[in-house]
Formats: sequence, C-alpha cells, structure tokens
Amino acid sequence: MQKAMELLVAIGEAYDAERMVPVSRAHAASSGQAGDLYFVKFLADGGARCKVPTSTNPVYDIEYFDKLFRIPEDEASVARRVMEAYKRVGAIPSWSCIPYMAENIPLYGEIVAFSESSATPYVNSVIGARTNREAAQSALAAGVIGKTPEYGLLFKENRKGTHLVRVEAVLKDEFDYTLLGYYVGKRIGYGIPVLTGISRRPNTEELINFSAMSNVSGAISMFHIPGFTVEASTVEEAFQGDIPEDKITVTAQELKQAYDEFQTTSAQIDFVMLGCPHYTLKQVEEVAKLLKGKKIHDGISFWICTSVTTKALAERSGFVDIIERAGGNVVVDTCIDEPCWIAYKDKAGMTDSPKCAYYRRFKEARVERLRDCVEAAIRGK
Amino acid sequence: MKSSETLLKCHKIIGGCGQGEALVSHEPICFYLTDPKTGVVRERSHELAGKNLANKVLVFPSGKASSVVQIDGLFKLASNNVAPKAMIVKDVETVLIVSAFIAKVPLVNRLEKDPFEIIQTGDFVKVDAEKGIVAIKKRKY
Repeated sequence: MQKAMELLVAIGEAYDAERMVPVSRAHAASSGQAGDLYFVKFLADGGARCKVPTSTNPVYDIEYFDKLFRIPEDEASVARRVMEAYKRVGAIPSWSCIPYMAENIPLYGEIVAFSESSATPYVNSVIGARTNREAAQSALAAGVIGKTPEYGLLFKENRKGTHLVRVEAVLKDEFDYTLLGYYVGKRIGYGIPVLTGISRRPNTEELINFSAMSNVSGAISMFHIPGFTVEASTVEEAFQGDIPEDKITVTAQELKQAYDEFQTTSAQIDFVMLGCPHYTLKQVEEVAKLLKGKKIHDGISFWICTSVTTKALAERSGFVDIIERAGGNVVVDTCIDEPCWIAYKDKAGMTDSPKCAYYRRFKEARVERLRDCVEAAIRGK
Repeated sequence: MKSSETLLKCHKIIGGCGQGEALVSHEPICFYLTDPKTGVVRERSHELAGKNLANKVLVFPSGKASSVVQIDGLFKLASNNVAPKAMIVKDVETVLIVSAFIAKVPLVNRLEKDPFEIIQTGDFVKVDAEKGIVAIKKRKY
C-alpha cells in the first residue's frame, strides 16, 4: 500500500498536482514481464487489495502453451507469478487489452486510471472518460488506493487539440486506420491530434486500431475526430478556441510510407498471427467467413488472439469451430508480444498489426490486412 | 579551450544523483527497443540506432511506446546495470515516471535552459535530482 501511495505521490509531484481525486475503475496493463512482476508482487505480498474494479491485460496461460512450445522455466515462472499476484490483489482476471469493450467499461466523464496503448486513447476520445496515460503500475496503484493525482487529462483545458491533421487519404478499413495511427503518432510524438477530412463514421475496430498504433509509435493519449468522437463536434471546439501548434496532412503516400516501413521480408512465412489488439467478435467472424470450408496450408501455424469473453461468444456463434476445422487456433489471455511465442523468435510471420513487427519479437514480419493474411495462410505463401 | 562548468536548475521527478557522458536524442525513446544486456538501441529508424545508453546521462524529449514495454525495457537495463545514470526530459509523462521509479533512475525536467541547446552528446553531465541541479561540462575539442 505504501509503495503504491509513494508512486502516486511521485507522479503528483512531477505534475504539481494539488490533490488526489477518486477513480471509479482502473485497467492495469499487466504483461508477464520482469518489471511488472516486481511491482505487483510487492503490493500483493504487502496485503494490498484493489478498492475499485481493476482489469488486467494479456499475460499467457502456461498450461496451454506448455503443450505447444518449450517455454524456458524462468519466463514461465514470471508469467505464473504475475497472474497469481494480480489475482491476489483482487484484480479482474480479464487478461484482455480491450477491457473497455466488455469486462471493465467506463462511462462518459468518469475519472479512471487506464493503462495500455489502445485503452488510454480509446476511453478518453471515444468514450469521454478521463484518464492520463497510465503505466500498469500507476494504474494498479490507483486501483489499490482508489485515487489518482489530479493533473493532465483530468482537466478539460488539457483535453484540447494540439495538432491539426488533415486526412486526404481515403480510409477503407481498420488496416488503414492502423497505418494512419502509426504515421500520426510518429509525426506528433506527444500531443492531441484533431483529425479532419474523415467523411465516413469510423467503426469500433477502426477506432481501436487508431488508438493502439498512435500510442505505440508516439504517446498519443487522446484525439478528436470532430463529429464522431464525443468531446468535440467541430474543429473549433476540439481546439477550445486555440490555434493548432502544428498542421500535418496525410495522403495515400504517407500511408504507403508507413506500410513500407513495417515490411521486413517478402520471403516465405511460417505463421500468421492476428488479434493485436485483441480481435473483436466481428473480426473473428470475418476470419471464420474467409476460412469456411478451407484449409490452412501445411507448415503454417495460424493464430487469433482474443479475450475469453469474445471467444465464448465466438464459440456459441460457431466461428471457433470453423476456424479450428480449417486448422487455426483461437487463443485467449495472451498477446503477440508475450514470451510464450518464443518458438517464433527466428521465424517469419504475417500479421495485420505492425505492433508485432515494431517490437521485433519475431525475426521477420509481413504486415497486411486481415483478408490478405488469411488468404496467405490458405495459399501457403 | 578551457572547459568550465555550467550549473542549471531543474525540477526533480525521481530523486537520486547520477553522472556521466551525455547522450542526446531529439526523438522520443522506447527502452524496450534496446538490447537489455548491453543498452544498445536497436530501433532501426531511430537517430540513436546502434548507440549505447548504458551509464549515459540521457537527454531526450519524452518516452514513447506502450506502457507495458517501456517499464520492462528500463527495468531490464537496470537489472543488468546498463541503464542510463540519469535522464533529462522536456515532456514528462506518467509511463516514463513509473519506469524511472521502478528502475531507480534519477529523472528531471524543466531545465532553466533548453537542454537541447545547452547539452551536446559527449558533454559531461551531473544530475543531482535531490537538489534540483544539473552541472554541464562541455566536451573539449
């Protein structure tokens, strides 16, 4: 408890916060890595318990992966102890990176502490809850104490746009939003982009992907798409009457440039991995439709990462059955950026998420849209 | 040229003292994209690609990348004794504060002068976060 408070106080001091304010929920981006274990174990051993609903991010299920790959005992032991410690502090064992879709949903205006790349910008921008760009540990500390220092994005005046982004490229699907997110995050680094020129209402998956990528290539905790996101219906409102610090334009050329940056190989692939961020039911359904009656090529492993909640619904809907009959796997509680995928360290993979290419967990990566990944898996190249 | 020391006030974020050769990055840094055993930056398109962060006083605008990896990245560097000795940033952000808290690396911001104008790679820099002072000795040519 004391360590949790110490951390919140350090953050408060850094931002000159005047007080602590209550949070209604938290999302700790647990990860099954050494830095994560150190802090959650410290709290669990000290008897701390979450005061407000606190969901958790993907780690991985050792028993499931033990049957598939040889995971080094030291890595496995970290994951096991992290999951055990989060349960001990009373966190929700959601092990999902998009808890705002099902397991832990903030309301408009709620003050929360949400870590995780897509979660922070999504709950701020799309839902209109208020969170700072938390780390797993500061979010967990807030969940345990039930408070957070009052600073940054908890104040309305800090939620105004900083950069005007004119989108001239046509955005067809969630993959284009991934590219856009990557480019915008990289260009701006740290700020609140206001996107104009988007004529079609972005859907959930598109907003999830934009959130995830802009907060990976940069530190984007919030964005506005006037007319579509909740806190601004006009550009003027998004900037709260201020002028933008900078203006950027995104054409098809910039998206192509982002796309080119991800590709590290054009050679033969060994596996296809989808679901970073976790696939929604709609995306699992899309894969199932493409795989129906088909077979994944011999020698290619096929994975979809999702939450246990989504998988349960996908099972009921018959999607999991179709995917498994085709030779694919729907795996829960984990993500592409976990040590459980050690068997692919020296392999080439295909994915619709540049995040896995970006973090270099695999030797080589090809990054393509969902449909192309599934078709490549069937074709075998 | 005789080298003299410049003293500048700063704002403590994570306490402690650290000194070493300055390494300046104009781009945000993700510690996960460094080699945890050596501290060498392996992000291909980064301006510091191939440079080593170990035992340096790192001057950079801000952190980047997901909270999960950022903290683990710095924690692993610290566990292997190849973390930076201290960090001077322009924009403070929570993930970086937590990373420095967990890895116990002194972290300061709000230098009274623009750190990118006053500090160059190779300068010798002492950061005393407790007193809120950064001392800079220019590199001799």
